[in-house]
Amino acid sequence: MDFDIRIPIGLLFVCLGLLLGVYGLVGDPAIYRAHSLGVNVNLAWGLVLLLFGAANLALAVLLKPRP
Amino acid sequence: MAAIDWAIVAVYILFVLAIGVLAARRTKSGTDFFLAGRSLPAWVCGLAFISANLGATEVIGMGASGAKYGMATAHFYWIGAIPAMVFVGVLMMPFYYGSRARSAPEYLRLRFDEKTRGFNAISFALMTVLASGISMYALAKLIGVLHLLDAPLAGLGLSHAWAFHVAVLISALVVLVYIYAGGLKGAIYNEVLQFFLIVAGFAPLVWLGLRAVGGWHGLQASLTPDYLHAWAGMTDPHKNRLGVEWIGLSMGLGFVLSFGYWCTDFLIVQRAMAADNMDSARRTPLIAASLKMFFPFLLIVPGLVAMALTAAPTPAAPAGPGVSAAAHAASAAPLIPQKIDGATGRPAVDSNGQPLLDYDLATPSLLLRFFPAGLLGLGVTALLASFMSGMAGNVTAFNTVWTYDIYQAYIRREASDAHYLHVGRLATLVGVLLSVGAAYLANGFNNIMDLIQLIFAFVNAPVLATFLCGMFWKRATGHGAFSGLAAGTVAAALHHGLTLPDGDLPGIKGGWIGVLHAYPSEMAQNFWTAIFSFSTCFVVTVLVSFATLAPDEANLVGLVRSMTPRPADDSYVWWRRPAVLGGVVLVGAVILNVIFR
Repeated sequence: MDFDIRIPIGLLFVCLGLLLGVYGLVGDPAIYRAHSLGVNVNLAWGLVLLLFGAANLALAVLLKPRP
Repeated sequence: MAAIDWAIVAVYILFVLAIGVLAARRTKSGTDFFLAGRSLPAWVCGLAFISANLGATEVIGMGASGAKYGMATAHFYWIGAIPAMVFVGVLMMPFYYGSRARSAPEYLRLRFDEKTRGFNAISFALMTVLASGISMYALAKLIGVLHLLDAPLAGLGLSHAWAFHVAVLISALVVLVYIYAGGLKGAIYNEVLQFFLIVAGFAPLVWLGLRAVGGWHGLQASLTPDYLHAWAGMTDPHKNRLGVEWIGLSMGLGFVLSFGYWCTDFLIVQRAMAADNMDSARRTPLIAASLKMFFPFLLIVPGLVAMALTAAPTPAAPAGPGVSAAAHAASAAPLIPQKIDGATGRPAVDSNGQPLLDYDLATPSLLLRFFPAGLLGLGVTALLASFMSGMAGNVTAFNTVWTYDIYQAYIRREASDAHYLHVGRLATLVGVLLSVGAAYLANGFNNIMDLIQLIFAFVNAPVLATFLCGMFWKRATGHGAFSGLAAGTVAAALHHGLTLPDGDLPGIKGGWIGVLHAYPSEMAQNFWTAIFSFSTCFVVTVLVSFATLAPDEANLVGLVRSMTPRPADDSYVWWRRPAVLGGVVLVGAVILNVIFR
């Protein structure tokens, strides 16, 4: 494997997590009553994605083959 | 779609293209481009193995079948895919990977002869182009129906009808760029990313959907019991929603169609052949199967929820401050819309006057209902990701088979590696263009899965017998294999031409020669087409093999089980051995079957 695919995956999920999470914090909460049973899913799921992305980056760093 | 949704889609497309470019830096030889340099670890190949199959047709089709047939759809996984994936990992991969063949048709060339390879290569190339075209058609139609592109199109002064063209063009272009640049490695790396995105996009849908209907108990309360059982009523085709009986189900779907697809379809097998060693190659389908068996919960349950909300519409949101009257009315309407008759433009009804539902919209409608701006962008991205992974699977399989099994075999035999690499890139372009053409041709079936199953029955069902005879019976000959394949394909066509599902008119659904037998459902007809085709191929292969000269045993080492030393898997700790992993996966599948019987 020439580059660790966990790095782009980690970066993408961190980006998506931040986008969703921040939007969940600042966006109009009315959309959650209209769609997602009143749950702020953007914030909740954004956090999950952020954690998943961070875990991928951490694994990529920890498992980096030593020369 | 709001600005945040577009931002999410844009970030995704950016990453996909970037991975293509990163993979391209190390793509210098034919082996790099067509086989990802045989350098990838098992978990990467395993996730790509799932993703390549997880096209838009699978994601939308499984939701559609969930809404139409209920939990019985899980048979496509629990007696279909899982046992077949264990079989290919434990028993067949040693010959695919060990023979050093570069493609599945090339295995047939090594094991049998040129004409068997040619037959398989040409029918397979045709099938991949059709399948990726259908997938593209499904995605483009969906984007049009969901009105996702209406606002930007209106901004450009274009009509709604352009949504289809724009969706086809852009999605095809992205896939073209990352495969053209990065070859199989670009495709596989992206498939891993797409796998996680598909899970990330659909998991909240399942959670919100189940929450809205009151969990599994809520489903039980709002749907008839036959929706929630996979095995109940399987003794009589009229007593279950699939309209099949257990023999057709277990032989047709469980054995012929699933083994035909997972064990011989090069689109799938190619992912394992990119692994870095034999051990990884064998574990690839097993890792995939261990995750795949939980996919019914991700893909079929949304269909069930959509059906529950269609049968008994419950307002998802109370009218109140901040909720528009229109949004409230929309959430109280039945979720799955009625199918529109293409000829009259009016809502379609069946022969009893009952409304026909557009099941393909089950999952997408649920997405629009429950995902607010933000998460909606992620859901659309998941749909895009599934489409791209499915299409990339077809395109990489197509460019390899075209270059090695058609171009190198029949058009230009001796050329430099750089020349074939160039041809592979051109084939990628042509494959994408042909898929676009097929997308515009695709129409006329009310459930995409039925069409896919029909194509598989014609192409994959007979070829399973050929591979099984080739790998496990050393007496099988090239003449036997070729005449078996030809006879099996003719048998599939004859069976389809002589039978018809109840309630359909002779034509594309069957019966175009004459109707000898009527099946209770289209699915039953497909399963039995596969069974007839496989059996014909098997019998003809055996008979002709005995009538022709036996192959020289010295040429069969590494290609046939009885002539090949067993892979030395006892050098690993016991729990890493393919047979042990396979056993664990099978036990898991049995448990799921028992729980949802």
